[in-house]
Amino acid sequence: MVLKLVIGIVRPEKANDVLEALYRAQVRGVSLSRVQGHGGELDRVETYRGTTVKMGLADKIRFEIAVSDEFVQPTIDALCDGGRTGDVGDGKIFVVPLERVVRIRTGETDNRAVTPVNV
Amino acid sequence: MPAEINTGDTAWMLVATALVLLMTPALGLFYAGLVRGKNTLNTFMMCVSAIAIGAVTWAAVGYSLAFDGTGDLVGGLGHAFLKDVTFEPRDGMTIPHLLFMAYQATFCIITIALISGAVVERMRFGAWIAFAALWSILVYAVLAHWGFGGGWLIEGGTLDFAGGIAVEMASGFSALAAAIVVGARKDYGRQALLPHNSVFVLLGAALLWFGWFGFNGGSGFTTGQNSVLAFTNTLLCPAASLLVWFVLDALRGRRVTAVGAATAIIVGCVLITPAGGFVSPGWALALGAAGALPCYAVIVWRPRTRVDETLDVLAAHGIAGLTGILFIGFFAQQNWNAISDGLLYGNATQLKWQALAAVAAPAYAFAMTFALLKLMGLVMPLRTSEHDESIGMDVTQHGEEAYASGEGAILVSPEAGIEEPVPVADAV
Repeated sequence: MVLKLVIGIVRPEKANDVLEALYRAQVRGVSLSRVQGHGGELDRVETYRGTTVKMGLADKIRFEIAVSDEFVQPTIDALCDGGRTGDVGDGKIFVVPLERVVRIRTGETDNRAVTPVNV
Repeated sequence: MPAEINTGDTAWMLVATALVLLMTPALGLFYAGLVRGKNTLNTFMMCVSAIAIGAVTWAAVGYSLAFDGTGDLVGGLGHAFLKDVTFEPRDGMTIPHLLFMAYQATFCIITIALISGAVVERMRFGAWIAFAALWSILVYAVLAHWGFGGGWLIEGGTLDFAGGIAVEMASGFSALAAAIVVGARKDYGRQALLPHNSVFVLLGAALLWFGWFGFNGGSGFTTGQNSVLAFTNTLLCPAASLLVWFVLDALRGRRVTAVGAATAIIVGCVLITPAGGFVSPGWALALGAAGALPCYAVIVWRPRTRVDETLDVLAAHGIAGLTGILFIGFFAQQNWNAISDGLLYGNATQLKWQALAAVAAPAYAFAMTFALLKLMGLVMPLRTSEHDESIGMDVTQHGEEAYASGEGAILVSPEAGIEEPVPVADAV
């Protein structure tokens, strides 16, 4: 059994679209955090009184989704479909192997820990 | 100083003018809390810009059109650019004409700012400025003439103490028209669009209430009995609205909400605005309690429609103002206001004139605003692009953020000859 952590970094204004796409792809376990990053997009210039600055970092949302093998591609597709605008700054997806997963409530491990429970 | 000026009245009106001006930034805070964080500054700036626009158009022609003469529909141009507006009081008044003009200017300003609630988060700032200037003359000045300045409603006998016609119904029904013409936000009905800072909302509402003591308490233009009555009713009526709102919230959602409370304060202040100096304190309490019901109903119903009248100006101002105007027709009491009785005290004519105002003012405000924005839409885009809307109005309209962290910001010194600012929209 192969487990992967899919990390998707997307625009904040597309986060809701991504969540919707993930939901449609039956991917239910998601964490997200606000991050700042720089990925080659042009800087935006802001002015506060006499101080003009180039904002080198843009706000992004970082999704972290632990999935079993067969869900890796649907998760990637959902991140792409929901997050794409076509402009520079749409973000990146990283897929990394997972050594172990434990569900804290039950102590279940690995595949059973990333399988959604029906409440 | 001319003999007929009363120093006590003048002192109070100087303070009241400043109190009413405070209401506009307070409204900015209230509105800014209700929108998403990326639109905070733009929303606040729409209110701030109302001060810039309103004060200037008012001094130029607005005041004259509203308060010069007793033409049925609109005043004259005799006071354009403040001609003959000096220290001499107007007929029958005890404060300098100049102060009266300044006091009325603050009403024009807050009314413009109120409409912005219907179009926040998507209307272009430039288009808003143009709209605000035209609206202040075409709609506000005309309705101020009808309700305050000597037009057909006030001459006929309509009672409107502090602006149920020109401020509340005008802004509420104009807001509805503006929301229809400008159109809904792109995410409206698809995503939950929530208030980003409910503390701003409550604080803004509290400051509005504070300012409203000048708004209603000053609308008698003296320190006389009607002013004291209006001042006191401005305490009682919103308090009753708050209590009823608590009950309605609890019945509907099992919890009393803070944003609901802020809304109730506004609704209560609006309800008593037209009626403040005309109804007894007891009837003011009743108005606050009963008047909360239709406003609450519209606030619950409106988000189920396709009309993105974003911050519910129609419910909180249009419907509440209309309710207050009609209430006078039933419950005005001559032994409290020394002017006229309502239907309950045997004077049906009063109700007729209140009902006329409640039909004519909303109709005029809605139709004129609708036509004005439709015409403006032919010569300029009213709203920003979907792309800019999703990035947020603060960055795209003003090049600022409300909550800039400064992390990763690179200082650009002006001498360094940097390239032209590159908006996010043009990223390749």
